[in-house]
Amino acid sequence: MDQKLAALGEALPRLLDGLWVTVELTVLGGLAAFVLSVILGLAAAHPSRWARIPARIVIEFFRGTSLVVQLFWLFFVLPLLGIDMHPLVVGVLALGLNYGAYGAEVVRGSINSVPTGQWEATTALSLGPVQRMYRIIFPQAWALMIPSLSNLLIHLMKGTAIVSFITIADFTYHLDQLKRVTDTIFAYGVVGLLSYFIIALILTFLMNALENRAKRKLGQQVTLRKVLSPAPTATTEAGGAA
Amino acid sequence: MIPAAFEWHSETVWDVLPTLLEQFLKVTLVVTVLSTLIAAVLGLVIAMVMRISPRPVAGTVKWIANFIRMTPIVVQLLFAYYTFLSLDALTIGVIVFGIHYSTYMSEVYRAGIDAVPKGQWEATTALSMSTRRTWTAVVIPQALRATIPALGNYAVSMFKDTPFLLVIGVVELVNAGLIYGGNTYRYIEPLTLVGVIFLLASYPTSLLIGRLEKRLAFNT
Amino acid sequence: MDKPGNRAAAPVIEFRDVEKAFGDNVVLHDLNFSVAKGDRVTLIGPSGSGKTTILRLVMTLEEATGGYIFIDGEPLTHEERNGKRVERSKKDQKRIRQRIGMVFQQFNLFPNMTVLENIIEAPVHVLGQSKSEAGTKARELLEKVGLADKADAHPTSLSGGQQQRVAIARALAMDPEILLLDEVTSALDPEIVGEVLAILRNIAETTDITMLIVTHEMQFARDVSNRVLMFDGGKIVEEAAPEVMFSSPKHQRTQDFLHAVLGDADGTIGTH
Repeated sequence: MDQKLAALGEALPRLLDGLWVTVELTVLGGLAAFVLSVILGLAAAHPSRWARIPARIVIEFFRGTSLVVQLFWLFFVLPLLGIDMHPLVVGVLALGLNYGAYGAEVVRGSINSVPTGQWEATTALSLGPVQRMYRIIFPQAWALMIPSLSNLLIHLMKGTAIVSFITIADFTYHLDQLKRVTDTIFAYGVVGLLSYFIIALILTFLMNALENRAKRKLGQQVTLRKVLSPAPTATTEAGGAA
Repeated sequence: MIPAAFEWHSETVWDVLPTLLEQFLKVTLVVTVLSTLIAAVLGLVIAMVMRISPRPVAGTVKWIANFIRMTPIVVQLLFAYYTFLSLDALTIGVIVFGIHYSTYMSEVYRAGIDAVPKGQWEATTALSMSTRRTWTAVVIPQALRATIPALGNYAVSMFKDTPFLLVIGVVELVNAGLIYGGNTYRYIEPLTLVGVIFLLASYPTSLLIGRLEKRLAFNT
Repeated sequence: MDKPGNRAAAPVIEFRDVEKAFGDNVVLHDLNFSVAKGDRVTLIGPSGSGKTTILRLVMTLEEATGGYIFIDGEPLTHEERNGKRVERSKKDQKRIRQRIGMVFQQFNLFPNMTVLENIIEAPVHVLGQSKSEAGTKARELLEKVGLADKADAHPTSLSGGQQQRVAIARALAMDPEILLLDEVTSALDPEIVGEVLAILRNIAETTDITMLIVTHEMQFARDVSNRVLMFDGGKIVEEAAPEVMFSSPKHQRTQDFLHAVLGDADGTIGTH
């Protein structure tokens, strides 16, 4: 045991580097995905077919082809197109595109869940479409979409574990190095899975707090217990898990 | 003005396609089907255990399920692969996928069971029905109606996640494409084909599941 | 605890010092009353007065937090042993509970089974009857409630009134000694209420099942019951025969309630 801890101590700097890379991918990938989700989601919920149909095509394309396919495709093909990107950027791009598409469905669904009465009230008050969305509809949809987006963020974080195959030295990559010096159970099990679990819990907690804040702004109360709970929302709408 | 390096060789397509389809059928589909079965059964077991057990047991099971659900399948695959040395990669892949997705399925079952109206449970008490009969004749049939579409959706998710198996050397669809690319330096065609195959397989299936969901809903 | 000689005299239902609290909310307190065999007792009173809770306690859907409930002289869920209030075995509770049937406001038919399957479910799996035996009895009951042609239909294709009639048949299929009726017409369209009440009247006339009824249908209560209990705040405010209760209630609370519900506490009621 001491020997393992010693090896862990020795490997710690590299592990932390890898951890940082994983966090970077998760946060940047998550932001990219969120931006894409909102754009595609709003388009998919738009009354005009000229917005909805292209959005739908993009969404189904990136949902239907798998994350790993997208990752490798971008990694191998983009250079041939003359686009030379750092592998990290490729990773963020792939994560953003894939999970952005899933997120778009969540955004679309949430916007459509806002009660019709709200839309009608904005018409009665003669609010323009931008104002309507920005001030009334989206804030209400926002509270509804956070749980599902939070789920997707966890999926995204889990998805980062494959990036070592496009030459990014993330946390999982360095776990392999640790395994060589200690053993599988310690490296992958204790250090690896446990660390990812802690990250996931932190992310869930932050997202729950975000939801709490959004709900309070709408006048709804959320208990502290709910904020601390890591339970996922059971949806029939499944994202790619990882 | 696409650079010359980006060429599409049609003959490569026909060269690689048989291999891809072979691995698709032999590996990707097999893993998806078997893992879905494991996840469906194990998920129900977990949901029932959590519902019936006393608080501490249910709580522990819940946290173990959370732990498995919230950690990367890649790391779980590597963990299992290097720990259970006597098993081959494909078996390990099926089992890990099955267990990982059962944690999601248990949540779906739980929601499905919770959605059965309280009055149904009360009617079984009023009729003095046994616990076994209550579950098998009343609760599970009603809970399943909501869970079958969800099961279908998770099967599709699992299908799209099978490429993760390449980290333990399983030659599924994507890996087959990468191996071909590694040998011939032609990556564009295999990877594009792989993407197309995934899309053709998953999109129509998702649509069908959506239809199934609408048909299964009780007309209350 | 109960000797053979006492059995005959024992009331079918007896509440002794029963208390039921939901957290801090004490719904029933020091409740004592009994129901004799063949009684048709109607419980009336404002919502929250505890009348539905009483039915649910008898059906073991809720557990009393204090006191004892006796069915045919036998303790239902809790008994006194060496001076302590102790829970009875689930097996004993189940045995006694089989004599009690309930019809719910929301019908609660099993949507994944046909009408016939709903009715034979308990007789086959709880009473051990054969499918054919239970099936024959079920069809007789369906005949009795006027739905003989609906045996193979699914509950979701039936109207509310039809579903409730099936629910009554389902409860009767167990040959219960006691039938609990919890606002069984409150969820029905007014035009359909009559068909359900007609069946209950028929049951009251042709059998000696003990009935405990919670209802807002005052005419029905008058027709069918031999005792009416007025509840308020978890206590029995007044008890009388229906003719007396509805025409000349003694307590102010009863008068106020009947006045509010009927418009006139003089017995002139408009419904079924």
